[in-house]
Amino acid sequence: MSFEAAYSGIGRLDRLSYRDTVVHRLDPRAKVVATMLFAVGVVSFPRYEVLSLLPFFLFPVLIGALGDIPAGFIARKVVAVSPFAVFVGIFNPLFDPGVVAIAPGVSVSAGWVSFASILVKFALTISAALLLIATTSFPGICRGLRRLGFPALFVSQLLFLYRYLFVLMEEAMRVARARDMRSFGKNGAGVRVFVRIVGTLFLRTVERAERIYGAMLARGFRGDVPSMRTETFRPSDAFFVLAAGCFFAVCRFVPVPQVIGRLVRGVVG
Amino acid sequence: MSHHLLEFKDVRFRYPDGTEALKGVSFLITHGESVGIVGANGAGKSTLLLHMNGHLLPTSGAVTVGEVPLRKETRKEIRGKVGVVFQNPDDQLFMPTVFDDVAFGPLNLGLPPDRVRERVYEALRQVNALALVDKPPHHLSGGQKSAVAIATVMAMKPDILVMDEPAASLDPKSRRSVIHLLNSFAHSKIVASHDLDLILDVCVRCLVIRDGAIVADGPAPEILSDAMLLAENNLELPLTLQGRPGKEGTRQ
Repeated sequence: MSFEAAYSGIGRLDRLSYRDTVVHRLDPRAKVVATMLFAVGVVSFPRYEVLSLLPFFLFPVLIGALGDIPAGFIARKVVAVSPFAVFVGIFNPLFDPGVVAIAPGVSVSAGWVSFASILVKFALTISAALLLIATTSFPGICRGLRRLGFPALFVSQLLFLYRYLFVLMEEAMRVARARDMRSFGKNGAGVRVFVRIVGTLFLRTVERAERIYGAMLARGFRGDVPSMRTETFRPSDAFFVLAAGCFFAVCRFVPVPQVIGRLVRGVVG
Repeated sequence: MSHHLLEFKDVRFRYPDGTEALKGVSFLITHGESVGIVGANGAGKSTLLLHMNGHLLPTSGAVTVGEVPLRKETRKEIRGKVGVVFQNPDDQLFMPTVFDDVAFGPLNLGLPPDRVRERVYEALRQVNALALVDKPPHHLSGGQKSAVAIATVMAMKPDILVMDEPAASLDPKSRRSVIHLLNSFAHSKIVASHDLDLILDVCVRCLVIRDGAIVADGPAPEILSDAMLLAENNLELPLTLQGRPGKEGTRQ
């Protein structure tokens, strides 16, 4: 994926958050808490669990559908960052040669099962995080975190990260373009040029940070970024958190696929 | 309300690396005056502006705003009186939406929420940017960013407005609306720019700065038509005062 494509992808995520749906209207705090519970629920499963994780997919699917977020877009983003998860788990099949039966008569090595488990957990948490941003907007999440009691310094760092990510990316894009224009297809003579470009960008960023801080002081900054949004935590938000929490608890502690399987067998037999 | 004075008395400033950027600058700007500051690149314009709201403190000499002498302890008070619009709007607009950004100053001044909201809408109306209120700054055009950057400072209702290159890299129409905007601001204003036509349209008085010292101070039309003086400072006659090329006598 090229740099410019990555950039426009983030812009799109940003624009999706302007929509107005049931999910978008929920209080950011409710969505942040629900997503955290979701992540905790998913990650707490033991390493050889795959099937029991599957019901959790209902949460991102529902949020995506109700929030009118294109599934393909989120799926592509998940695939784009999946190399991280693949590298984490790729050696499991080699190092973990134990055998696990996954169906009557079919057994595979335990390493493959734990690898699959990592991939599923990864897909679940990343898609939930992306959907949280796409339905809440990054500043919305920051406001939610602040009002949940996260430290002001941490939240303002996140806010600036979001605001200046675009500026930094544009700057990097301009520098890369200038390099490409004078490198005649040789990709800018490789690593040495790249390292220098990164150095230049870093220096520019430091200078810019100084100017921004000056502009903030000029307008009376005293350490906390003030916000005027007064979201109220409505009963519907509480209901959302409660329902999501119950759903996660059921998925976590009740082996849903097995229960469904037993039910089906009961009906058939 | 006649205390919107800004006085520099023999202000000297030396950067930590030893560069002497200001070498004894003195002037007095009175209530309601509009003053242009011009000079070559590196003459000391930006350093001068950074002294006006205490971002830099003079190494020696005194800066007085209203009746308040600029010191470390008075910087906060002075920043409420002097609003500085920086050159690059991306540095000025650091909040996630236009509304939050314009509200940043008034909220820090401790105004109640409904007053803040009033100030935000008033400031955005003044710069014709009311429609942008919910946009994130990175989705704005250059001209829109400049307009909003001015609104962020206007919302604090400063007594003195200081601007560094307010119209740099704007298209002619956006530049013109910035000029109208500046002319509608009744309080004292100080504009540093290489756009001498803008200075001519906005400012009554003009200071020329060279090597950290003021080399000329007088009525803007007089200074900006002095071709010799301008040439000595890497400047040219404003385009409106140059004859059109092709017609008689392009330049004196």
